[in-house]
Amino acid sequence: MTVAALAASAGAGEFGHLDEQSKREIRCALLTAVAVPGYQVPFASREMPVARGWGSGGLQVTLAVIGPQDTVKVIDQGDDAGVNAANLRRLIVGCTNVPDTTDAREASIIQTRHRIPEEPLRADQTLVLQVPVPEPLRGVERDMRELRRMHAESDYSRIWVSLYEDLVRNGVITQSTGYPVLVGGRYVMATSPIPRWDVPKLHQAPFLSLFGAGREKRVYAVPPHTSVEPLAFEDVAFQVERTEGASCLLCGAAEAYLVEVPDRKGWICSDTDWCERRRTPGDDAGETGRAGAELAGAGGSARDAADG
Amino acid sequence: MADCALQVTGLSKRFGRVLGCADVGFEAAAGEALGIIGESGSGKTTVLRCLAGDVAPDAGRALLRRGTEAFDLFTVDGPERRALRVATVSIVYQNPADGLNLRISAGGNVAERLIAAGWRNFGKIRARVSELLARVDVPLDRMDDPAGAFSGGMLQRVQLAKAVANNPALLLLDEPTTGLDAAIAAGVLDLIRDLLEESGITALVVSHDMTVISMLTSRAVVLRAGRMVEAGLTDQLMEDPQDAYSQQLVAAARGAL
Repeated sequence: MTVAALAASAGAGEFGHLDEQSKREIRCALLTAVAVPGYQVPFASREMPVARGWGSGGLQVTLAVIGPQDTVKVIDQGDDAGVNAANLRRLIVGCTNVPDTTDAREASIIQTRHRIPEEPLRADQTLVLQVPVPEPLRGVERDMRELRRMHAESDYSRIWVSLYEDLVRNGVITQSTGYPVLVGGRYVMATSPIPRWDVPKLHQAPFLSLFGAGREKRVYAVPPHTSVEPLAFEDVAFQVERTEGASCLLCGAAEAYLVEVPDRKGWICSDTDWCERRRTPGDDAGETGRAGAELAGAGGSARDAADG
Repeated sequence: MADCALQVTGLSKRFGRVLGCADVGFEAAAGEALGIIGESGSGKTTVLRCLAGDVAPDAGRALLRRGTEAFDLFTVDGPERRALRVATVSIVYQNPADGLNLRISAGGNVAERLIAAGWRNFGKIRARVSELLARVDVPLDRMDDPAGAFSGGMLQRVQLAKAVANNPALLLLDEPTTGLDAAIAAGVLDLIRDLLEESGITALVVSHDMTVISMLTSRAVVLRAGRMVEAGLTDQLMEDPQDAYSQQLVAAARGAL
């Protein structure tokens, strides 16, 4: 019997690459995660056709929840055209045949690593985040048993001490990505590598957020309408990133997460889809003016320093 | 939470075949400092670690009594035990690395105790930490330096500030000045004595050094090989030790004087 014949007898292959048993296992873990918001649920993290650390966790979550009726959008930073995003999107579409989109309004599943789209998401949309380090307390404790105990007992004083130390040393909170939040008043959770800018979008959000960490074999979730409070001292308010006077060279937006373009000495939107729609006549993304639209075509390749 | 009396009865602990302590019992009145003296390996640190909750005793009771209320320290476990360590029972270790995180600042170490007790206002935490560090004579311009950069005597002062941060009912001092040179040790001892006097904390002072015990406590018990051999007023113990072993300890202290 030839390999080709064997392959033919095995049928068309599983929908969404993973076998049904694996999908069921991931869904079980996700259900637990939704039931206990912010709690890290261990799962069996399968080998994927992408290396661990390249979105394998988010990919498994997406493939476990996706159905033929879904439309998928994948971004890396805020960019649909990023190499990692393009590869993951091709893989997802290739093994599910679902339509893909760059328009955040059309997608039912949005897989992302660093951003939450600027476009406010709706209750019928699911956000899937690729997480490199799911443990918010990793920086203050390395012993996993001790970490489990700290979560179990809500013993979070040491992460507060690290915020205290940050304020003492730097005068301001310097942690930019993965800012720790208290979910549902119970578990401290790492917000993956999203910037502080995006953290408030998780609070009482209408949409479901699923976090997958493939290398660390953990999933966790923020169900819709759950409180997500950034850890902050009573007298030192949580602040999002903001550069005075900065606005997007392309669409003119000031109220968006901007990234610096060194060679043009300016800023552009990190969310390329949103920025593009703001520059399209008749489109309703954003409310502010479209100044700078003539600069279209500039930049585009600008990125924050990529993180692994 | 001052004015707590401590009554320990029948405290026993074995580490496999090795006896930690056996049937140890003593009482400390509210606001009193009680000494526990003995040579290395006599079980005095075991007694203290049992009371602090670092090790679980095999038998015994440790009643912490306040007015008509009383509860047994040995019956609480897990999260309650840790809560107790935040607000009610504090320990100062012989080795500062056991009680402090040397990678974070001195102020951060003291702040941790406040944060654990629910303090969430940065300004108020800073103010209280400054007040505590000033009380133990740590220069405030060193408050934000990593604790690892501090000298031994200074670290013991930071440990003390941390230990009394939440006004505990019971303060356990495990060889607080052992390993410090004489001049520094004297300063730390003075500080401990003043702290005990002004706060009314009930304290247990463990030491192998009779001079430390006589300086800080009015009553003391003598431990040998895990068992109590003598108990009484510290002065009496110094002047007229009854047990042969106590006599040795006193003689050793006199030799050093």
